[in-house]
Amino acid sequence: MTVLSDELKARITAEFPKYPNKRAVTLPALHMVHDELRHVSVGAIRDIAELLELHPSEVHDTMSFYQFFRTEENPLGKHRVWVCRSISCGLRGGEELLAHMCEKLHVTPGGTTEDGKITLEFAECLGVCDGAPCVLVDEDCVPNVTHEQADQMIAQLKA
Amino acid sequence: MSTYEPVLLARINKDQSHTLDSYLADGGYDAFKKALGMAPADVTNLVKDSGLRGRGGAGFPTGLKWTFLPKDHPGPIYLAVNGDESEPGTFNNRILLEKDPHQVLEGIAISCYAIRSNTAYLYLRYEYGGAWRALQKAVAECYEKGIFGKNVFGSGFDLDVRLHRGAAAYICGEETGLIESLEGKRAWPRIKPPFPAIEGLFRKPTIVNNIETMACVTQILKRGIEWFKSIGVPPDPNNPRDAGSYGPKLYCLSGHVNKPGCYEVPLGITARRLIEEYGGGVPGGRGIKAVVPGGISMGFLAPSELDTPLDFNGPGKVGCLGLGTAAVVVVDDQTSIVDVVYNCARFFAHESCGQCTPCREGTNWMQRILHRIRSGQGRMEDLDLLLEVSNGIGMMPGTTICGLADGAGWPVKNAIRKFRSEFEEYIQSGRSTIKPSELVGAH
Repeated sequence: MTVLSDELKARITAEFPKYPNKRAVTLPALHMVHDELRHVSVGAIRDIAELLELHPSEVHDTMSFYQFFRTEENPLGKHRVWVCRSISCGLRGGEELLAHMCEKLHVTPGGTTEDGKITLEFAECLGVCDGAPCVLVDEDCVPNVTHEQADQMIAQLKA
Repeated sequence: MSTYEPVLLARINKDQSHTLDSYLADGGYDAFKKALGMAPADVTNLVKDSGLRGRGGAGFPTGLKWTFLPKDHPGPIYLAVNGDESEPGTFNNRILLEKDPHQVLEGIAISCYAIRSNTAYLYLRYEYGGAWRALQKAVAECYEKGIFGKNVFGSGFDLDVRLHRGAAAYICGEETGLIESLEGKRAWPRIKPPFPAIEGLFRKPTIVNNIETMACVTQILKRGIEWFKSIGVPPDPNNPRDAGSYGPKLYCLSGHVNKPGCYEVPLGITARRLIEEYGGGVPGGRGIKAVVPGGISMGFLAPSELDTPLDFNGPGKVGCLGLGTAAVVVVDDQTSIVDVVYNCARFFAHESCGQCTPCREGTNWMQRILHRIRSGQGRMEDLDLLLEVSNGIGMMPGTTICGLADGAGWPVKNAIRKFRSEFEEYIQSGRSTIKPSELVGAH
């Protein structure tokens, strides 16, 4: 039984010509699976390994190195929100913003709200230090986030 | 304010600056065509003679690096472009890629031609979603217009540029960590030698260059060596090993300043001028406690060292690790240096890849000792313990494979050396500056 859809498998194999070997597609494949399923399960690891002609443990080795990828037991919510706490943001209220959002969402960093809408994470430098404190919402970074703006952001993501 | 007119950032405020049409209207890809009319070795020599040094942190001469490739190699040779900009305080690559991706892509094309590579991989950190979209579009435009692909501009030169997305790990910015990550493995840096130029990506000769370096290559081809060498700081005549600090640099200014931002200035501006003339000073007219000269792994400048020129040599002369990424972070006098160093130590403890024991353990020890001090439980001997750990981990003492641990130790040892009395006062007072918010967010 396979976990990945034929469409997803086709997208993974379409990456093959870009690299001299299939193993290099590990990270792109993990991203595709993770984006779509919100986690990478053991079954998905097996499927990726089969496509890439690797042992599942090799795929798992790579996947588990990057804390970025979620397992089946701890999947991502619909939206992923990262709050930066590194130096530039830390100097301008990043820690307070993270704590504020934790309290609003009733989660600790890494946790997902009960309704499954938002996963909150702390981030190490998001590279938007000119807009500290900043928050990365899925693919887009929001600079200079106040607590009020964070509340609005949460309301929009929950809607 | 300096009269220097920005070149690398000249286009970023234009409407549609990220599109190929807009880039071509500004003479885009003419430099690449010019390079295609030259012999690859001549392009390499041009870059070598310009004195361009890598903008990613180490400041290694770019053209010289290119000459390390084996001669007459049958190929393939790869160019790996390092867009894993993760050093805290640094964001110039993001601005270049979001606003002017073609300037970078043109530099990549020129560099590939110079090193006789037909394939470039651009490794972009995951967090740069906007840059990822801009790059995908820009690369597609280039394939459509025949700038990339087979036989570009009828020159007989084939070029593929592939985009590869990281997964939020600082270590992927280390060149061999990046290579391992690109190959689909955990990003554990490799033991060198062999250096990537001999055996790199997919075990083939590989050049790893930074995004800003690529933009500089475009401008050097476009404007010439004389232009490049007219900017910045010439080599120190008393130091035969100094290669000089030529060219413009994108300084990233953040922290406690009124106008944080990315400023293009000739290499060698002092931290004070950058903060006062460009950053508009510290909010509320407060004083400066410390300044990070080039990303946190470079250490700190004390207030008495603000007139240090931020070129490739300046920060090293006052005990910092180097210029690094030229990310300048200002810390005001209301902030405890202990808190700032803890923030740095926590970053490195989180981002150590875990391959070398001294780094994996040492970065965590430093974080925990600093946490103890910040909890009001510090002991005077903790300061010497911190120095011992920070001096013992890294490539310089020879205990780790890559330089992450050197960078982790540097802010700690710099801070204790330059601000020791503040640490001692902090420990003696028995107070704690851990904010309630940190306890909520503690992970």
